Amino acid sequence: MTEAVTRAHRDEWARVVSALTRRFGDLDVAEEAAAEAFATAVERWPADGVPPNPGAWLTTTAQRKAVDRLRREAKRDDKHREALVVHEPQPTGADGAIDDDRLRLLFTCCHPALAVQARVALTLRLVGGLTVPEIARAFLVAESAVGQRITRAKAKIKAARVPYRVPSAEDLPARVSSVLTVLFLVFNEGYLATGTGPVRPDLTAEAIRLTRLLHALLPHDGEVTGLLALMLLTEARRPARVAGDELVPLDEQDRGAWDHALIAEGHALVRERLAAGVAPGRYQVLAAINAVHTSARHMHDTDWSQVLALYDLLVRIDPSPVVALNRAVAVAELDGPEVALAVVDRLEPELAGYHAFHATRADLLRRLGRRAESRAAYDRAVELTGNTAEIACLVRRRDQRA
Amino acid sequence: MQYLFSVVDDGTGITGPEVDAAIDVFNDRLRAGGHWVFAGGLASPDAATVVDNRDGAALVTDGPFLESKEYLAGFWVVEAPDLDVALALASAGSRSCHRKVEVRPFR
Repeated sequence: MTEAVTRAHRDEWARVVSALTRRFGDLDVAEEAAAEAFATAVERWPADGVPPNPGAWLTTTAQRKAVDRLRREAKRDDKHREALVVHEPQPTGADGAIDDDRLRLLFTCCHPALAVQARVALTLRLVGGLTVPEIARAFLVAESAVGQRITRAKAKIKAARVPYRVPSAEDLPARVSSVLTVLFLVFNEGYLATGTGPVRPDLTAEAIRLTRLLHALLPHDGEVTGLLALMLLTEARRPARVAGDELVPLDEQDRGAWDHALIAEGHALVRERLAAGVAPGRYQVLAAINAVHTSARHMHDTDWSQVLALYDLLVRIDPSPVVALNRAVAVAELDGPEVALAVVDRLEPELAGYHAFHATRADLLRRLGRRAESRAAYDRAVELTGNTAEIACLVRRRDQRA
Repeated sequence: MQYLFSVVDDGTGITGPEVDAAIDVFNDRLRAGGHWVFAGGLASPDAATVVDNRDGAALVTDGPFLESKEYLAGFWVVEAPDLDVALALASAGSRSCHRKVEVRPFR
């Protein structure tokens, strides 16, 4: 029975919150009523049985709870009386193609007028259904801080009147990009968690679930497809990415342990975007790079010229030093470590404080037989790394060559 | 719903007839769209005087309340149905006057 409630929570939470937000025009009311409805389900379903349509039952129950609450408050306070007025559903965008409350909710939670950390917390709470303590644990911050971020964000949405609707076609690309930033942040926090533990599978799974939802709602958006593919192809390597408490780099991973179902799904999405024949965005190129890596049965089978061509494309979209650093890894495979080292060294002014810069340098120096310099670079990388599993990997690579 | 657009000058803002003309075009757009409430440009902060009469004994001091590199150069009060409409207008406003614009809702 708890399983039925858990499943309903996973499948229906966002639908209940988003439907209530549209009806009552208030995120606070929607969140609280949804939580009450699920608490009622925990009480009632074991005795009454699971209703035939759990989602409809939960939405109806939550609506009753919300009306009860607003009536109670209206007796005390005239200001709440206006909230009882049922909001007319907003007309959909001119194209009218996308009409799902969950999409409205996602766009509202990821509004660019909110600070990025607030967007993340609000999205995980209102769309993902995570509790405040769960979010706090995932990001290693105090519960009170998460609670405050969510409260402030909701207050701003109300005071500044952030609209509850899917943005116009003109604004859509920028707004989708804001949603993708949030989802990618959640995924990366799970994938390269700060502190102890190499990965937080709960966070990567949540990010993938929300991106799947966004993809189902916006199936023709190339960057949404690209981000989903990128996440799937990254997640597929998770079983081989950690050995004990240590991170295993790509070239040492047991490729037989990769999740081949996820890889097949990711490859299909990448092929779909290639067939679309539209100039790809950042996430699509990153997904394509991961598709090349996951196509190789052995590290030495990797089609590095294709990887490099994709990085050249990525540099044009995103000329950041971090992209240039990753590109240098492909350069090393094609033109040798000496050429790559020259490329990497040019990035020092911008990346001197970034652990991956020193780790990449250390590896290239090692391959060139410059051991003392390699060791010093590994030491610097270890100093700058926040993740214990990554430190373990760096220390082992450093000492292997000592 | 009304929003205050505060025009923030950080010392890099340019002035001149071209900027004035661009602002006029933007103001016409506000009026045509039914967004116009009120607007005004302010004299330099050097012209400011602070009055404090909280205790019933008015104290008059020269200069702005806060000395800062960034200062309020002017403002618009606009009518907009929601923040997305307000932000789109503010974006055009910022472009017209070559300065940053802070968007803040009225209570």
